[in-house]
Amino acid sequence: MKLDAKIPGGPLAEKWDKHRFELKLVNPANKRKFEIIVVGTGLAGGSASASLAELGYNVKTFCIQDSPRRAHSIAAQGGINAAKNYTNEGDSIWRLFYDTVKGGDFRAREANIYRLAQVSNNIIDQCVAQGVPFARDYGGLLANRSFGGAQVQRTFYARGQTGQQLLLGAYSALMRQIGTGKVKMFPRREMLDIVVINGKARGIVARNLITGEIETHTGDAVVLCTGGYGNVYFLSTNAMASNATAAFRAYKKGAYFANPCFTQIHPTCIPVHGDYQSKLTLMSESLRNDGRVWVPKNPEDKRRPHQIPESDRDYYLENKYPSFGNLVPRDVASRNAKEQCDIGKGVGETGLAVYLDFEDAIKRDGKDAIEKKYGNLFQMYEKITAENPYETPMMIYPAIHYTMGGLWVDYNLMSTIDGLFVLGEANFSDHGANRLGASALMQGLADGYFVLPYTIGGYLTGTTLEEVTTGHSAFKESITSVNDSIEKLLSINGKRTVDDFHKQLGHIMWDYCGMARNNEGLKKARGMVQQLREEFWENVVVPGSKKDFNQSLERAGRVADFLEFGELMLMDAISRQESCGGHFNEAYQTAENEALRDDENFCHVSAWEFTGKDNEPVLNKEELKFENVELTQRSYK
Amino acid sequence: MTKTINLTLKIWRQKGQKKKGRLETYKAVDISTDMSFLEMIDVINEQLTLEGKEPVAFDHDCREGICGMCGAVVNGRAHGPEKGTTLCQLHMRHFSDGDTIVIEPWRSRAFPVIKDLAVDRSALDKMIQAGGFISVNTGGAQDANAIPVPQDAAELAMDAAACIGCGACVAAYPTHRQCFL
Repeated sequence: MKLDAKIPGGPLAEKWDKHRFELKLVNPANKRKFEIIVVGTGLAGGSASASLAELGYNVKTFCIQDSPRRAHSIAAQGGINAAKNYTNEGDSIWRLFYDTVKGGDFRAREANIYRLAQVSNNIIDQCVAQGVPFARDYGGLLANRSFGGAQVQRTFYARGQTGQQLLLGAYSALMRQIGTGKVKMFPRREMLDIVVINGKARGIVARNLITGEIETHTGDAVVLCTGGYGNVYFLSTNAMASNATAAFRAYKKGAYFANPCFTQIHPTCIPVHGDYQSKLTLMSESLRNDGRVWVPKNPEDKRRPHQIPESDRDYYLENKYPSFGNLVPRDVASRNAKEQCDIGKGVGETGLAVYLDFEDAIKRDGKDAIEKKYGNLFQMYEKITAENPYETPMMIYPAIHYTMGGLWVDYNLMSTIDGLFVLGEANFSDHGANRLGASALMQGLADGYFVLPYTIGGYLTGTTLEEVTTGHSAFKESITSVNDSIEKLLSINGKRTVDDFHKQLGHIMWDYCGMARNNEGLKKARGMVQQLREEFWENVVVPGSKKDFNQSLERAGRVADFLEFGELMLMDAISRQESCGGHFNEAYQTAENEALRDDENFCHVSAWEFTGKDNEPVLNKEELKFENVELTQRSYK
Repeated sequence: MTKTINLTLKIWRQKGQKKKGRLETYKAVDISTDMSFLEMIDVINEQLTLEGKEPVAFDHDCREGICGMCGAVVNGRAHGPEKGTTLCQLHMRHFSDGDTIVIEPWRSRAFPVIKDLAVDRSALDKMIQAGGFISVNTGGAQDANAIPVPQDAAELAMDAAACIGCGACVAAYPTHRQCFL
């Protein structure tokens, strides 16, 4: 199938306005005749559900947690970008657009990113109107700070809890619509299949996580806002329940999966400390505004940080990248940390950590000022590590944090299945091969508040939707396949737990498809994942029953999908014979060890098409055209 | 420094809302003091699974103290002994070798038990639906800086908005009812 991104014509800055005018409208009296299913209640799902309901659509919203407010957007710390230029530093929509294109290493669509930068300002207005308590300066106006990959201060923040505050804004807008009856909320439900009738997404099959009941729901369109797949690595900064199941099952029903090998390794996480560890904790990138990253100059220097004099320290980011310093983009910061540890300069018990030091900032601004900016992060660090970062430098190491890949969508955010829209981290659209800090919140809310509410109308008016009921054979087939796989998982009764398999998969993916990749390792890992998957289906033990609150069963289904999805990531990484952003193939690097792109052969989106359980997926390419920015080697020096 | 401790756990087991529950005793052996409380329960659950028993059901998600999904009454205190700490951020270094730890679900009529330590907190969402929002629709908001908010008012608002909705305040004894974070 030829991928049509449906990018509107005309000059870049006018595309979105023109498109909005050209989209057919659903008149207000007709909106109530449509029913939209939204899966997921993070920033994208929460804002989309609320906005669609405000417009008059009937919405059914699903989430796996007990309340829509718990979605993992809540854990985002640092901030949200917007091109307001309140700081008078010369920021603009164009600059935010340019930084994002470049930050993504020229592997995303110009038109989508430009639109994102355009609506970024509306998001801040909207959130302030909702009462989001953004940080303010002395005079009561909004405060800004800098984030990686930008030389202007365009990040709006609410202490170190920006995601929480933005999500509570979207959540309260959603709750208001639940109160009015326009949204029907289904918490503690997990979407296990999407139902496609005559080529259109017409419903979902979900499991009630309390009773184990398999439920069916029809809709005129389905909107997936189910987040990323970082947990394929087991250890990540994602929440424990974050998973790829909804997206992956949509892939199996015909939605192409784009750029699965584009994963983001965040440079500032608390280092791994033991096998029992269940997750990794991020320390916000905002800390790099004031913290200085360093390692000892000499390998194997085992002195405590305070005993290492200035002359024996290597502030490697400041030295190597004088113009961006500690605020280089995440992929660059992560790879450099790995490089330092690989040559023996890592610190801490494992040698897999670098210092993030606030001593100079505390001397300069005082402890109170630093506490005001980062108090909750410092407290969180101390709880986990039992070390006080006001006195001893933090130890940090890169960890999986975000996934830029996701279901392929066109300019309208519609996947290759008609009527299936994908928003937020679950789609692939805006961040290319590397996401800049404070851009995930921006994208989630842009998609949900300001893009989908328009584009879904264009779809609904332009298509004929026949009446369907849950009695349709497509629903029955979905229920059967969902039930079969649940029963299979419960009947294996083997000797290894779900987590045990998940951890092993995570190790394989981290070792061979993590911060640095090579062809030999990727091929080897593919074999290892296939073998592990085979063993899983013969030797996993899942206790309990299906008609019950059964968390082992929930995890088993997700891990089963990760075991297939991991292989797709490896295939994508093998097929992309270049380095770009977070995808670093050791064979392709510049003399200075930066990612070396191959624009002639790989300036495209790789969109994978499922062709059956025992067949190889087919690679479809969407060529990326850069008409407004010049493709250059990224430099942050 | 990392060390390991041995503990006796008394954990509330209850198969469902209408079923009768009781405390069951488990041994937790070689628990690293760097583990979080929930990681310690993960270890017990792995053991139970391998023994062919049902693991302990408990709610949890972000494991970094912000989602509000986790929580249990530990030795009579919501979220355990450390002030300002959710259960996922409570680390085993705050316990001693040989300790007995009693772990129960949130105790409140408003939060019926779903299974073991997992409870139904939908009552909290109902309160928000009833009016816990600002009535603005998407679109049409004026420029964000058109409404200055004094810094101290913004800080106070942030203090209030930092509530994670975990429900520990409801679970505490009425005489101690306060935010535990």
